[in-house]
Amino acid sequence: MAQAVKPATAPKRARLPSAGFFGWSIPRWLGFLALIVVCVMFILPLLWMISTSLKDSSDLMNPSWIPSRLAFENYIDAFSFGMWPQWTFNTVVITVFSVVAVVVSSSMVAYSFARLRWPGRDTVFSLVLATMMLPGVVTLIPQFVLFARLPAFGFQDSRVWTNTFLPLTIPSLAGGAFYIFLLRQSMRSIPMELSEAAKMDGATELRTWWSIIMPMTRPTLAAVAIFQFQGAWQDFMGPLLYLQSEHLYTLQLGLRQFEAAAGGAPAWNWLMAASLMVMLPVLIVFMLLQRNFVEGISLSGMGGR
Amino acid sequence: MTIARKEAITGWLFAAPWIVGFLLFTVGPMAFSLYASFTRYNIIAAPRWIGLDNYRNLFFNDPLFIKALENTFWMVLIRIPIVLLISLLLALLINNNYPGDKAFRTIVYLPNVLSGIAAIFLWQWILAPNGLLNTGLAALGIRGPAWFADPYWTKPGMVVMGLWWIGGNVLIYLSGLKGIPRELYDAAEIDGAVGMSRLRFITLPLLSPTIFFEVVTGIIAAFQIFTTAYILSGKDSPLGGPGQSMLFYVLYLYNRAFGKVGQGGFQMGYASAMAWVLFVIILVITLFQLWAARRWVYYESER
Repeated sequence: MAQAVKPATAPKRARLPSAGFFGWSIPRWLGFLALIVVCVMFILPLLWMISTSLKDSSDLMNPSWIPSRLAFENYIDAFSFGMWPQWTFNTVVITVFSVVAVVVSSSMVAYSFARLRWPGRDTVFSLVLATMMLPGVVTLIPQFVLFARLPAFGFQDSRVWTNTFLPLTIPSLAGGAFYIFLLRQSMRSIPMELSEAAKMDGATELRTWWSIIMPMTRPTLAAVAIFQFQGAWQDFMGPLLYLQSEHLYTLQLGLRQFEAAAGGAPAWNWLMAASLMVMLPVLIVFMLLQRNFVEGISLSGMGGR
Repeated sequence: MTIARKEAITGWLFAAPWIVGFLLFTVGPMAFSLYASFTRYNIIAAPRWIGLDNYRNLFFNDPLFIKALENTFWMVLIRIPIVLLISLLLALLINNNYPGDKAFRTIVYLPNVLSGIAAIFLWQWILAPNGLLNTGLAALGIRGPAWFADPYWTKPGMVVMGLWWIGGNVLIYLSGLKGIPRELYDAAEIDGAVGMSRLRFITLPLLSPTIFFEVVTGIIAAFQIFTTAYILSGKDSPLGGPGQSMLFYVLYLYNRAFGKVGQGGFQMGYASAMAWVLFVIILVITLFQLWAARRWVYYESER
């Protein structure tokens, strides 16, 4: 790894193109080329996906990257399959609810751990950390049993929580352990004097949290929101367990139907078109907020230290 | 009411959403599932106590359970070292202050946000017997395997597709690398340490807490592989694809709990026993790692 180490001693200068961009050593050039090759390899699958989604069926086995004819109708076919608009709507409803719920409640709970003193606080917080290590499988079956018993009072025409959106949304109201941990970290870095000054002015804790602490932790809140968005939008196991009626399906389940509908060999061009449509919102959010993603995941690494 | 007492009540109230959720969605269910694991239970009729029968059957009368354990351990033992090594090399490569290193970071992380089944379909297509990867290999004169159609190549295929998602690991390594003080490298240079010895005596020891974190979380995740195996198994064979080569622990548990009745499904008691066995396996491995960490993980406080 000689090339990985040597240039690191002159980090400031290497950033300026004028100061020796072409004065790189051969290992440094090789490393740079390797990095470019790796990045191209990371992008290629997506390009292949776009290419396939625009091929017509007869063109499918042709290994060319450029479709012989741009078959945009694949997207229309995908969109008119099954109850695609309904599935999109369902996915949006579930995702929006769970993102808002998890952001507000995680922040509220984190506020309690970071800025309030109460007996048992540190014990409860260590329980929060412990649940981060708990494999989700352990609660999978009993939660199902529970949701099959909890009354839904006719919500979405169901007597119990199963086959409604409730199991996929309501648990978000409890917040997420990892999110609580992240938010607590960033709230602890805000000076306590700020809260005391607010209290002098007669602000309640609720108001201090909502109007002072929440806005000051916005970057972390954004990271929490996009992680939850990505997770909820692409959750497969939850909807698979809890949604049986087709009109309640999310896009992930719909996509599964799409594959099954093709019978034996999947129609890859339609499947790729449909898959791209499902991915698109996540891709757009990533493009817009990629800095928050990258910082969020770096923070998660700190969690282990 | 005193101020401290008021603050205590407010504190509990603010933490209440998590505490209630923890009791309702974690503690309660876990207690129930421990009880259910000693019963025969199909969710419709009341659970019937059968003592240790579920556990005994798991280990002595269920070849599929053993198969699922083998498949899962294969993934843990083969995939994690490969992923951790390649992502470390990639992180070291990116961490060189190249122009555009932020763009490299973003591109490498991009696939990580695409976790749904859309991405699994994409890789199923790339790894089809006459798919993109095999076409590429053929151009190099290599005859590619049938990947997900061949029981010997399903798990290697999953390892290959898993490499697309190493961006998260890379970013965590990068944040670890950023935490290594520059002065240490400068001091080492004065002592004449270059290249490999810098990696061996400075970078790796100071990165060991990060490596440790990645090993622990990686193992926990690998034991719970589900969606990929479920999708790749195809609709007709819920039991793990060709030769049951992708019958992983959680997939088998899913089959036992939620599969068709005739195929061993709706045995909630049996599946609960499986869940607890997995919990204990993960707990033992994690505790072992915490113990072993004292020998190889370098913590700054020891300095």
